[in-house]
Amino acid sequence: MPDITATDPATATADNPVQGIDQTAGNFSYKIDYEFDAGTGLSEQTIRYISAVKKEAPWILDFRLNALKQFQAKPLPTHWATKDLENIHFDKIRYYLAQGQKPKRTWDEVPDDIKKTFERLGIPEQERKFLAGVEAQFDSEAAYSNVKELVAKQGVIFLNSTEALREHPDLFRKWFGKVIPTGDNKFSALNSAVFSGGSFIYVPKGVKVTHPLQAYFRINAESFGQFERTLIIADEGAELTYMEGCTAPKFSTSTLHSAVVELVALKGAKIQYITVQNWANNVFNLVTKRGVAHEEAEIKWIDCNIGSRLTMKYPGVVLKGRKARGEVISIALANDGQHQDTGAKMIHAADETTSNIVAKSISVGQGRSTYRGVVHIPKHLKGCKNNTECDALLINTNSRTDTYPAITVRGNANPTQHEASVSKVSEEQIFYMQQRGLTEGQAMSLSVNGFVNDLASQFPMEYSVELKRLIDLEMEGSVG
Amino acid sequence: MSQLEIKDLHVSIDEKAIVNGLTLTVRSGEVHAIMGPNGTGKSTLAKAVAGHPSYTITSGDVLLDGKSILAMQPDERARAGLFLAFQYPSEIPGVSIANFLRAAVQARMGEGEELDATAYYKRLYSKMDMLKMDRKFTSRAINDGFSGGEKKRCEILQMAMLEPKFALMDETDSGLDIDALRIVADGVNALRSTNLGVVMITHYQRLLGYIVPDFVHVMWNGRIVKSGDKSLALELEAKGYDWVKKELAHA
Repeated sequence: MPDITATDPATATADNPVQGIDQTAGNFSYKIDYEFDAGTGLSEQTIRYISAVKKEAPWILDFRLNALKQFQAKPLPTHWATKDLENIHFDKIRYYLAQGQKPKRTWDEVPDDIKKTFERLGIPEQERKFLAGVEAQFDSEAAYSNVKELVAKQGVIFLNSTEALREHPDLFRKWFGKVIPTGDNKFSALNSAVFSGGSFIYVPKGVKVTHPLQAYFRINAESFGQFERTLIIADEGAELTYMEGCTAPKFSTSTLHSAVVELVALKGAKIQYITVQNWANNVFNLVTKRGVAHEEAEIKWIDCNIGSRLTMKYPGVVLKGRKARGEVISIALANDGQHQDTGAKMIHAADETTSNIVAKSISVGQGRSTYRGVVHIPKHLKGCKNNTECDALLINTNSRTDTYPAITVRGNANPTQHEASVSKVSEEQIFYMQQRGLTEGQAMSLSVNGFVNDLASQFPMEYSVELKRLIDLEMEGSVG
Repeated sequence: MSQLEIKDLHVSIDEKAIVNGLTLTVRSGEVHAIMGPNGTGKSTLAKAVAGHPSYTITSGDVLLDGKSILAMQPDERARAGLFLAFQYPSEIPGVSIANFLRAAVQARMGEGEELDATAYYKRLYSKMDMLKMDRKFTSRAINDGFSGGEKKRCEILQMAMLEPKFALMDETDSGLDIDALRIVADGVNALRSTNLGVVMITHYQRLLGYIVPDFVHVMWNGRIVKSGDKSLALELEAKGYDWVKKELAHA
């Protein structure tokens, strides 16, 4: 479990101090007093405030201020992306909230449908309270310290980014902002200006971390920031799996979530980064994720996006060293009023590098899913390979899907392969399953689960089970 | 003892009448064969009874144990004990036979009842043994890339697992070579019991050599025009459907 944004749940209300923009009227309200709060809107003052509260070194403040300038200078990418981005009111957003809040909501105030969802997803009692914002902190210290102890013995550093900046400034600075430069895009610039929370992981040479590390174990207010910044470095020959997110709906108080995740896999290292996210319907989820794979290194993104109003996320791998491998496995589900604009980027920059992209999207009701991909193989390279598959499943007649694969391959020493398909769940399939006694809704769920089955099986067990339940829930309302 | 009554049934597709006043009563333990040339409404009858949304029942009724099922959804009819073995079973990519059947079995259980997984697999494997199916078969996605024979065996396996009161078998013999036909027929014969009524729809007499019916009906222009015992099938095979045509013309 992840990075829940702040502690307010549901789609907040007017007297909610962490209210972002245009929150749909929520079902319940409560007050949180934040110890530190940067107010609404974004200015140099906001940045200085954040940096001061976090007692940051001057270079970080400079980094932030420079990012702010770049953010302000950059236009929204609406020449290729959806105009819905124009509905983000940057001046109404709260950019920083620190720890110390004590939610005053009680479990009884949590709406029944949310409780029911938790129940259906099989979320443990304790976590439900946390997710619903009843408790500020999920009591995971015991579990966390075990894992922390375990990996610390191997020399692994696993901290939140704020702590890491204090405790390992040199290591952090060496890699920070190198994979995703501040000016990569408007939202990476925004994150670079106001980031807080997120994870920092360093795995030393040759160390193979057998246990997947989870953001889950570090739940606290800050790690749930809307602008988390994660940096993972796997030194030569090191191996690591990192998981973020959870399938429980995230009741974010803020409508803008803009994270930056940078991965560095040095020679022969392997990083697998797994994300499962289920945002509330009012959230703009605009995330930049990229890794650099050095010689013979491997980076694999497994990414599952459900919910949100608009998600734009294209995990990428820069294949920098010879024989580096990159992979993106992506599942997106867009329901009514949602737009999943997801995909992958593979930048080949060395000989004999290989990349694989498998993306599956499901559009339900008036949901819209878009696959956007970039594969770049320059002319001077030899022996590179790419395979891209994107499959879309449309559930209703008014569902929508678009595919924008941009594959640039120069020279003829580099084979690429691209397959795309769009399918519909047919009336005959549904009738067949109904004839065996399944309701129309169950039949629909089963075919959707079947559609993503080969990808879902690559998730860790508990995630794929939750994913299945979540698809069942999403599909329930899809049939008339 | 159960009873399936089809009473003066009229069915159309896109306002075109296909079944025109068909009446048939099937009791548990009986095997009825419906024979007839292509395009005479045999498959339409089966799908309409099962509740396919593209088929409109314009008049008549279908009763299961005295109660009309026409207002019921296809899944409710299925759970009430009606099974359709499809002529062209749908492929469902990514959904394994084991998981699909498990969901179907679970759907028949009461709320709060949990399926006993061990017992389920034990039963599944014994049915598969009966149908000479490889155990590995259950992990394959339903009908996805199956040969004609595999699809039909998969239909019979589902029938065996779901234990319907009445099975409508639509051209179960089509697309089968002689070995596959024998395996499927052995399976159906093994399922024959006093608790199961069968309506076997077929174009050819061939299948009836393996699954011997109690009654044979000839269907023509959406109606049953001739009924008899198994000897009718042999007569039909010998004389061809033209014989029925001529008889009808004389009548």
